[in-house]
Amino acid sequence: MKLPYYPGCTLKANARHFEKSAIQAMEKLDFQLVEMKDWVCCGTVFSMTSDDLMLQLASVRNLLRAEKQNLKELIVLCSMCYNTLKRANDFIVKDKGNLEKVNNFMYKENLTYSGKIEIYHLLSILKDRIGFSVIAEKVKKKLSALKIGAYYGCLLVRPEELAIDNFEDPSIFEDLISTLGGESLDFAYKLECCGAYQTVTKKDVSVKRVYEILNSARESGCEAIVTSCPLCAYNLDFLQKDVEEEYLDFNRIPVFYFTELMAVALGCGWDKNWSSLHFTDPEPLLREKGLI
Amino acid sequence: MKKIGVFVCHCGVNIKDTVDVEKLTEQLAIYPGVTYIENYMFMCSDPGQNMIKKAIKEKKLDGIVVAACSPTLHESTFQNAVEEIGLNKYQLEVANIREQCSWVHNNIQEATRKADLIIKTAIEKLKLNESLKPVSAPLTKRVMVIGGGIAGIQAALDIADGGYEVVLVEKKPSIGGHMIQLSETFPTLDCSQCILTPKMVQLGKNKKVTLYVNSEVESIDGFMGNFKIKIKRKPQYVDPDICTMCGDCTDVCPVVVHSEYDEGLSWRRAIYVPFPQAIPASFTIDTENCLGFEPIACGECKKVCQAEAINYDVKTEFFEEEIGAVIIATGFDLYPVENIAEYGYGKYPDVLNGLQFERILSATGPTGGEMLRPSDGKVPKEIVFIQCSGSRDPERHKSYCSRICCMYTLKHAKLYKHKVHDGQPYIFYIDIRSGGKRYEEFIQQAVSEEGIVYIRGKVAKVYKKGDKMIVHGMDTLTGKKVEIEADLVVLAQSIVPSEGVEKLIKTLKLSSDDSGFLMEAHPKLRPLESLQSGFYLAGAAQGPKDIPDSVSQASGAAAKILALMSKDEIQHEPIIAVVDENMCSGCGICIGTCPYGARILDENKVAIVNDILCEGCGACISACPSGAAQQKNLTDDQINNMIRVILS
Repeated sequence: MKLPYYPGCTLKANARHFEKSAIQAMEKLDFQLVEMKDWVCCGTVFSMTSDDLMLQLASVRNLLRAEKQNLKELIVLCSMCYNTLKRANDFIVKDKGNLEKVNNFMYKENLTYSGKIEIYHLLSILKDRIGFSVIAEKVKKKLSALKIGAYYGCLLVRPEELAIDNFEDPSIFEDLISTLGGESLDFAYKLECCGAYQTVTKKDVSVKRVYEILNSARESGCEAIVTSCPLCAYNLDFLQKDVEEEYLDFNRIPVFYFTELMAVALGCGWDKNWSSLHFTDPEPLLREKGLI
Repeated sequence: MKKIGVFVCHCGVNIKDTVDVEKLTEQLAIYPGVTYIENYMFMCSDPGQNMIKKAIKEKKLDGIVVAACSPTLHESTFQNAVEEIGLNKYQLEVANIREQCSWVHNNIQEATRKADLIIKTAIEKLKLNESLKPVSAPLTKRVMVIGGGIAGIQAALDIADGGYEVVLVEKKPSIGGHMIQLSETFPTLDCSQCILTPKMVQLGKNKKVTLYVNSEVESIDGFMGNFKIKIKRKPQYVDPDICTMCGDCTDVCPVVVHSEYDEGLSWRRAIYVPFPQAIPASFTIDTENCLGFEPIACGECKKVCQAEAINYDVKTEFFEEEIGAVIIATGFDLYPVENIAEYGYGKYPDVLNGLQFERILSATGPTGGEMLRPSDGKVPKEIVFIQCSGSRDPERHKSYCSRICCMYTLKHAKLYKHKVHDGQPYIFYIDIRSGGKRYEEFIQQAVSEEGIVYIRGKVAKVYKKGDKMIVHGMDTLTGKKVEIEADLVVLAQSIVPSEGVEKLIKTLKLSSDDSGFLMEAHPKLRPLESLQSGFYLAGAAQGPKDIPDSVSQASGAAAKILALMSKDEIQHEPIIAVVDENMCSGCGICIGTCPYGARILDENKVAIVNDILCEGCGACISACPSGAAQQKNLTDDQINNMIRVILS
């Protein structure tokens, strides 16, 4: 079965192993992620900075083009893209005036957006459309003995109306981990912000956040972290270098993207190239646990 | 034909600015039936009323229309005025030209035309009005109080003191309510049990009071002054008259469950005394947990009871009480901590609610009054109190302020300091509401002398790290994040109506507000009464309330009832249904329609009306297929005439 899919920029660059592992894993579940044509940047944080319609245009352009290609829905892997696209969609769908105004800017597209595209995060597809019990049956390599901390960050569950799960106490990630046979451990900072784009201008803010998050996971007994947002994955993984310099008690911890763990569990193995795209290489841990 | 007088009120400028009263007076003067018309600035004033009285006398009027504000406001004023001069009060009609006309319109011409029609319909109705007499009904001089907390106890004592019999129904095995669980009370810090138990003893010994514990109201019949209320009493399986309180039974009972009195912080047996000062003083068996109902399984307590007070075969009993009026004093419960995800869903033993902390402070509590935390029995050195936990949060929890938490939280912090001198209490708050008498001084003294730290802001998260509870919050005065490593966290949970009150409201057909608290008849002017006649409210059942307010309301409601009981009989509105026996086919549709059970078929197969039970709702009248049922002073003829005027 085919699923129309919006990758977003990061998944084509630094986070290409997230896309590859997703495509491989989904194939094992008999689903094909089909990339939509002519997509552009989702608009990232700009759409959140204010309610200004101008800032929603990039998102809406993607939605409109999806509609042009006769798609009914878009599956998104990146939490940021998911949040941005869905928020922009809600913003114009709930207010006909906004929809009309935005469409006025779309004259070069030769079509107006009707507001009918549904946006889903891949995690919701796994849970609601495929079903964790179905996935569990297809697991080839149980992640047993791997103690994983599910890190949600902010964008999957906030604001409340976009949340893919209970926004104060989500469990979708933990459920996925146990579906794959792993042990998920609760830790206090699983819903805290990783520092996001502060990494660019005020790195020390993010470094402190990352230290707190990873340390809290470590203290709870986690051997690895799993996340669903490429930006969180970047901060949590690559800032470990800075954290190490700043905090002497810090020990590195591998950070997985959820699709990587799915790929391993569903029997796709671990691509050597993926290791080089991580700062803290998860491969030794996977070997130690006999998963590859 | 009736000689009708019409009196148009200006209501200052309220009516006059939008309705042309002079023109109205001119037009209506020539309307058939109107023999006298006048307009005046304030009809409800003494001169206004005298104007009506004078006109009745001089012009020999036998019907009056007052065109003024809503009849809910001044109908009784004008009814009393005309009765003083000897006119039956049902010969007075109020035409509402303020709320239903001048206040909602701004076009003078249109509003005047509408006022004209409103008055004409009132005139048409009045033309066929009969002079009626109130229906009198006997009054049962016996009162029921539902709920045995401080409000119920106070109300029952006051009514008994007034000389009338009281039936007190309490769901739990003892009276005392939440107040018996408290340590000390704000703002005077006197011991809660010391001031409550004398009242409990008085009540228990009072000859005028019949006490039903383990009991609930099952059903109700009748009406104000003449209720028949069925009480369901669950058996306690121990005869209180025989029980010597020796306690042998508890020693052998193998079942251990959480103690309700200690809010789950200690344990009790399945046969137990709720607390040492319980009234009635007796052991009781908790049916849900006792194994003795299968004697093969247990029966230990019965074996050791030398007084032979235990009998497993007692059944649930039902009692019927004849009651004149009822006070609802069902109190409150705390909003479950289990509903609040960010404070740990109640899964951390060192996150307590306010009542649990009261028990830890109390000398009769699980720690014998020592300040120890539940998880490991250590003395907490840093303690965080979180106010508004579930309150003032319309998006997630309760939108209202729970009113008592600011005060009791401070009291908690203070009592904690008195027990742990080197301890540090922190209080997270949104605002401090200390409106009661000497409340603000109580707070000021604590802040300046006791070293209690107030942090203005909400707590985002509480979680466990090692043996500490980490409290993440925001200090909104400095704009900085705060993280406190606390040993104990106390949540000031919102106050919610007590469990089961929803069912009681349904059984008694009362009304509640959107938060489930009982609705008062008027928020300012009738706060002690329910909208339904014969029911009065006391304590936190009506809304979050502290002890002084609960006691005040209880005494107030008792005074209202004593006033009612001082009458010989009650009078009932005569605007009720009446049946034309010749037209009634005896189909019986009205009997099923009547919500008050006021319609019955007599021996001649005529559906008659019980005047006392009928509330004049009109349901049977619209249901009657033959038109035999009519509302007194609101007959089909009257309604048709009124419609005709409007359409003409």
